[in-house]
Amino acid sequence: MTVLQGAIKAVGAAALGLTMLGATPVMAQEDTIKVGILHSLSGTMAISETTLKDAMLMLIDQQNAAGGVLGRQLEAVVVDPASDWPLFAEKARELIEVNGVDVVFGCWTSVSRKSVLPVFEELNSILFYPVQYEGEESQRNVFYTGAAPNQQAIPAVDYLMQEEGVERWVLAGTDYVYPQTTNKILEQYLRDSGVAEEDIMINYTPFGHSDWQTIVSDIVAFGSEGKKTAVVSTINGDANVPFYRELANQGVDAADIPVVAFSVGEEELSGFDTGPLVGHLAAWNYFMSEDTPENAAFIEAWHEFIGNEDRVTNDPMEAHYIGFNMWVEAVEAAGTTDPDAVIDAIIGVEVPNLTGGVSTMLPNHHITKPVLIGEIQDDGQFFTVWQTDGLVPGDAWSDYLPESAPLIADWTDPIMCGNYNTETETCGGSAM
Amino acid sequence: MSFPQTLFRLPALAALLVLAAVLPLSAQAQDAAAAPRTAAEIVNAIGEASLREIAELVVELAATGEPAAASVLSALEGGDLYADEASQTVVIVRDDVMFDPVSGAEIGPEGDADLSRIRVNNSLRRDIRTVIGELTLMNPDPRTRSTAAASMFRDADPDNVELLNEAIDAEPDAGVKLLMEQARAASLLQSELEPDEYAAAIAVIADRGDREALAILNAQLANVADEQRPALEQGIADIEQNLALWNIGQNVWYGMSLGSVLLLAAIGLAITFGVMGVINMAHGEMVMLGAYATFVVQDIIRTSFPGLFDYSLLIAVPVAFLATGLVGIAIERGIIRWLYGRPLETLLATWGLSLIIQQAVRTIFGPTNKDVGNPSWMTGAFDLGGLSITYSRMWIVVFAIVVFALLLLVLSKTSIGLQMRAVTQNRRMAAAIGIRTPWVDALTFGLGSGIAGIAGVALSQIDNVSPNLGQGYIIDSFMVVVFGGVGNLWGTLVGAMTLGIANKFLEPFAGAVLAKIVILICIILFIQRRPRGLFALKGRAVEQ
Repeated sequence: MTVLQGAIKAVGAAALGLTMLGATPVMAQEDTIKVGILHSLSGTMAISETTLKDAMLMLIDQQNAAGGVLGRQLEAVVVDPASDWPLFAEKARELIEVNGVDVVFGCWTSVSRKSVLPVFEELNSILFYPVQYEGEESQRNVFYTGAAPNQQAIPAVDYLMQEEGVERWVLAGTDYVYPQTTNKILEQYLRDSGVAEEDIMINYTPFGHSDWQTIVSDIVAFGSEGKKTAVVSTINGDANVPFYRELANQGVDAADIPVVAFSVGEEELSGFDTGPLVGHLAAWNYFMSEDTPENAAFIEAWHEFIGNEDRVTNDPMEAHYIGFNMWVEAVEAAGTTDPDAVIDAIIGVEVPNLTGGVSTMLPNHHITKPVLIGEIQDDGQFFTVWQTDGLVPGDAWSDYLPESAPLIADWTDPIMCGNYNTETETCGGSAM
Repeated sequence: MSFPQTLFRLPALAALLVLAAVLPLSAQAQDAAAAPRTAAEIVNAIGEASLREIAELVVELAATGEPAAASVLSALEGGDLYADEASQTVVIVRDDVMFDPVSGAEIGPEGDADLSRIRVNNSLRRDIRTVIGELTLMNPDPRTRSTAAASMFRDADPDNVELLNEAIDAEPDAGVKLLMEQARAASLLQSELEPDEYAAAIAVIADRGDREALAILNAQLANVADEQRPALEQGIADIEQNLALWNIGQNVWYGMSLGSVLLLAAIGLAITFGVMGVINMAHGEMVMLGAYATFVVQDIIRTSFPGLFDYSLLIAVPVAFLATGLVGIAIERGIIRWLYGRPLETLLATWGLSLIIQQAVRTIFGPTNKDVGNPSWMTGAFDLGGLSITYSRMWIVVFAIVVFALLLLVLSKTSIGLQMRAVTQNRRMAAAIGIRTPWVDALTFGLGSGIAGIAGVALSQIDNVSPNLGQGYIIDSFMVVVFGGVGNLWGTLVGAMTLGIANKFLEPFAGAVLAKIVILICIILFIQRRPRGLFALKGRAVEQ
């Protein structure tokens, strides 16, 4: 019965949503500030991005209830780029040119971000990007509120090396830009830390890979060389469930070969029984289980907004929370929503994050975040076993890749450049 | 970046509420040498300890010789140990009932007691397992003893040799005894040995012949004395040779298992595309609907009849078959029958339909993955020699073969099967002898869709149940049917198994991405040579 009721409710909600969606441009009034939401609501990425759309709607609701921004109400404009990368660019253009939004929160995959970059540059608008990514980028119109590699991947590897004594590494990932770049950085970092080449195994799989038998047994074989072995997983989204199932089926225990994942959070784990996965790790900047008053309030508001006590919160939601609050502060400080003024005003803005610290927007358009390592529990939550002392500043250009080591990003005078070469002292000194 | 000391966090609420109580306890911990604590005191101290302190308490508890120590520790490792905030005690909770950890006595129902779970991490879990192994080596139950021996084999420690010697002398079971001897050999290798003892220990471990043995021998390579090196290298070479043989068997098995998944996904398409000639792009969505039917069945069972959970898949099979079969009939009656003989329009219409079904499911059930559980008989794995065979994969292979056989029977032995073949082979003649061809079309399409739904039940066990489930299988399904030969069920079986096994033999060398590409290129080349696939139909049907 519960399913049927849910179905009826969902159909009703969808119908309502459609009418509202169609009506937004008509209702548009001059005295509201428009906030664009560019997340896929259909297609492959809907699984992750729909939640972020809902989180943004909640944040906007809350802000409106608290009096809006600059005394004006906020109005959300939701579009659906349907997991179609070129459509992201089209929809971004539509948001800015047709709907006249002042800021956009959106994108998940790196390829969707790359596809909208020229649009935001050309039309001079602002994008907040909430997902952990591979770095090697800093654009004047984009603010990266997710983790850069030095805020997730590097600390996770440090943890495994120092606390678990790992000497052999499997870098397993999905075959696209984020895992490839992250693994390139990690491989260099491991080699610099004295790990031999034969102690690193790199493996890529296609999107949505579902038959993990061979790869898991390869991992087991790789792990039987008498050295402590760990898997660093940049496997994306959907493919994780069958991967973890196969690990459990083949009896790969976290105490023997731990897997640390960069793309598996509470939302991904809510799809299956985590009993056999207890002890496998994930590195994030936020866990739902963090015990702070800010987080408790956020979770309560989320449950009330979504009307379901079982829904979880996750790291990209927190990134949107931080990004949205930073934008609100910057607009209040600048006294206008004009992108140029906001881009200048937002640097140095400090807002509380949900883990008990205060995140700052840096001149390279990345933010400071704590890094947490959590072990999966049998209720689908994470138990934090390690965290950094303070907040780690996001690094746009990795220090571990020779071609990007001399590069920095600084969007303040006098540098004003996303890829400033400190050796030649020129902007755009080295292309990726 | 500075590297801080590991920061362990107490579970919620703990620190402030009980600060007063903790102080005397930790003071006690420092005096432990002066006055040994009882097992109950040690267990209760676990409730407020940090992970580092728990590690010490575990060793202390084991040293008391308390008979209940092993069960307390396994409860701690399994996450069944809770701290009771109110009474400052630690209890075991099983099925909502609290037990005293040391005496084992029932305390009463969990009710609204303020309990917080005592959490452990990986390294602590490893320590606990080793300690449990030492404690349970003399356990009356042979299975507990063999687990204990296995954990001592993995965490070999020279201090355990005495203990293992005693246990080996007392051990009646030959299998467990062998495990203990292996554990002793592994422990001996950690200490200083005479050359002949060393060689003997190496031989014991090499005889085991599996990956764990290989790991232990490989670890020895770094610090072996020169005169021992040949013996060690010989041992490693023996194991590797043994594993290489099993590896071939393993690839064949993995290939069959992948092949059976392909077969299940493709077999419905072999009917709708192969027999009827309808290019059905919504075939993957029928598989997806079958998986969601499984989810709905499990959801109802979970809320209303929890005892039936192990039978949920058996119940889901007919439900999924009927549900997707009816959807299939509706699609045939509503859309496809207007488009017979117009393949391009059929392709576009069913492609659009697949998007509609996906989005409808996304709207009704939400975009997130659904949790379809494995019944107990489908979890875990068993060892067959050097092969590790997972139950879920094994049952899917069996299931695929059963479905295939049943379908073959229906098509060749039943009157509806006869009518189906008659209609697809010569529609006008079939109509002339009184077969209601439109109905047979609808039923055939319904049968193909229903079988896709059954495939969904099986795939829900190994893949994500999400609206995108079907997309991943549609290309593979067409590939199998075209490769096997359109219109021939046996071709589908051989095609699926060939592709599965070829894929699994390529994967270790080429990687998953390249293996897929190579397979695709091979199929393209093959289709160039034999456009009608492996088993081409001959005769009149071909001319149509």
